[in-house]
Amino acid sequence: MEHLVQLASQVRRDIVRMVHAVSSGHPGGSLGCADFFVFMYFERMICNPSDFSMDGADEDVFYLSNGHISPVWYSVLARKGFFEVAELATFRKISSRLQGHPSVDKKLPGIRVASGSLGQGLSVAIGTALAKKMNQDPRWVYCLMGDGEIQEGQVWEAAMYAGNKGVDNLVGIIDANNRQIDGDVSQVMGVMPLEEKWKAFGWEVFSMDGHDFSSMRSIMQQIDQHQGNGKPKMIVMRTEMGQGVDFMMGTHKWHGSAPNDEQLSRALSQLKETQGDY
Amino acid sequence: MELVNFGNKDTRSGFGEGLRRLGAINPQVVALCADLTGSLKMDAFEKAHPERFFQIGIAEANMIGIAAGMTVGGKIPVTGTFANFSTSRVYDQIRQSIAYSQKNVKICASHAGLTLGEDGATHQVLEDIGMMRMLPNMTVVVPADYQQTLQATLAIADWQGPVYLRFGRPSVPIFTQEDASFTIGKADVLKEGTDVTIIACGHMVWKSLEAAQMLNRLGIQAEVINMHTIKPLDAESILKSVMKTKCVVTAEEHMRNGGLGDAVAQVLSTQFPVPHAYVAVNDMFGESGTPDELMKKYGLEKENIVQSVQSVLQRKKRGLECRKFCSCFECG
Repeated sequence: MEHLVQLASQVRRDIVRMVHAVSSGHPGGSLGCADFFVFMYFERMICNPSDFSMDGADEDVFYLSNGHISPVWYSVLARKGFFEVAELATFRKISSRLQGHPSVDKKLPGIRVASGSLGQGLSVAIGTALAKKMNQDPRWVYCLMGDGEIQEGQVWEAAMYAGNKGVDNLVGIIDANNRQIDGDVSQVMGVMPLEEKWKAFGWEVFSMDGHDFSSMRSIMQQIDQHQGNGKPKMIVMRTEMGQGVDFMMGTHKWHGSAPNDEQLSRALSQLKETQGDY
Repeated sequence: MELVNFGNKDTRSGFGEGLRRLGAINPQVVALCADLTGSLKMDAFEKAHPERFFQIGIAEANMIGIAAGMTVGGKIPVTGTFANFSTSRVYDQIRQSIAYSQKNVKICASHAGLTLGEDGATHQVLEDIGMMRMLPNMTVVVPADYQQTLQATLAIADWQGPVYLRFGRPSVPIFTQEDASFTIGKADVLKEGTDVTIIACGHMVWKSLEAAQMLNRLGIQAEVINMHTIKPLDAESILKSVMKTKCVVTAEEHMRNGGLGDAVAQVLSTQFPVPHAYVAVNDMFGESGTPDELMKKYGLEKENIVQSVQSVLQRKKRGLECRKFCSCFECG
């Protein structure tokens, strides 16, 4: 598990350097989900980084619905080998494949749908899960959402569908950091109680520590045991926005703000370079 | 000139029959509906292929997203609901998850325009062609009768990329022959003429043919073009015709802002400016009424086309006279 810790540290370095370089982007949620992305791509999912296929046949398919945390996804995709790590330096720059929010039109390997306008990913994930069932493809479909994001109505249309129709090869994950742009989720527009809501919509609900690899491993093992039980799965993943950089934690202020030169130095001093910076 | 009507039928039934045939010939075609299976005539597909039919409930945004996701897995999803709920209600979902994401989804929309009738303006979308042709990557098809809607439904399944297929509720004349060819992006010249070009789509095509018949009695030879594909627009056919006739009337069951008329105007103003009149709804919402009453009240009858033709013919005549004596910048 130590290699996952090492990778996550490098991914966090990538994130703060990427957003610093263009003075824009979303470091808070990206840092908060770094451990989760590393776990998913380096331990959990079956995927084919050297020969990316849009169809994702016989692969696990991952959707990022809260597309603004693209820095963490780009970093992990690059570190996994979907594209060259050096390309991270183009993030948000003109003509880059690494758009501010994920897109497919520039053909960046690893991405299958555009996201950023919130609330759409879970529906797309349901579609792919249904296609996998029709194709008798046994792999999973995952969709990460923000906890603020589920204030969007479409999420609950999707929740109702998957529960009613038993889309049991679908795993949703809510990044429960209780932060959104204007403040705490509980203050802006409360979404609790999460577990009860998703259960009421017919989902099987799991709780997971998004910074604890053994917790993630244990929950995913449980999910494997519940495959084919007629219920979609939702993981409420507790995370800390800004995790790994002390001055970015405990606040919503780093949702969409980039560090300046001095803040970058402070952040990097807390994050060990383990794989080589891009 | 003889108008041949093979019988009256609704264009949505052409979609239903086309979908049924697609189900039999293309195993990748799947159908999604938001609680309007009967209205969209999707019952036959549902009955024949229940494993490929998805009842989404009254949740159009979710339907668009699910359709986008199904393409990841090689499916060709066909969504069905009213035109209003197929477009304005789900515009951002279409924009991000389908058009920008280049997903091979076919958005099939019934009850478009005023001819939905008594339900009134909440359901009578008149802006949908404009909204959909604004989207990059989107193809927009508006067939004219039952037979052409059937052909168009078959054609869009073989067309790579997002498509908006617009059709309607009322029973209207069938004038397309069963063996007529249909090519997306290639307009049909239904009647040749030398005095004026009438370019129409959807229910307005038959009315344009009727108008051409009336004009013929007045000694005016109208060319009638069925512009069943609004995007990509067949600019070549437009220019070929107007270079001959030197004036145009466009006719559509849609708002004058953003629809077929504006698409044609864009071609004309940048490549071959000629007098152009719109037969379209003039920046207002519809209301309850029978389809015939509404088409009359909102100026979408053959008589309106005839009047517009007379208007552009006068402008053309003035322009030609002006050119004889004038050396202004416009006349050269």
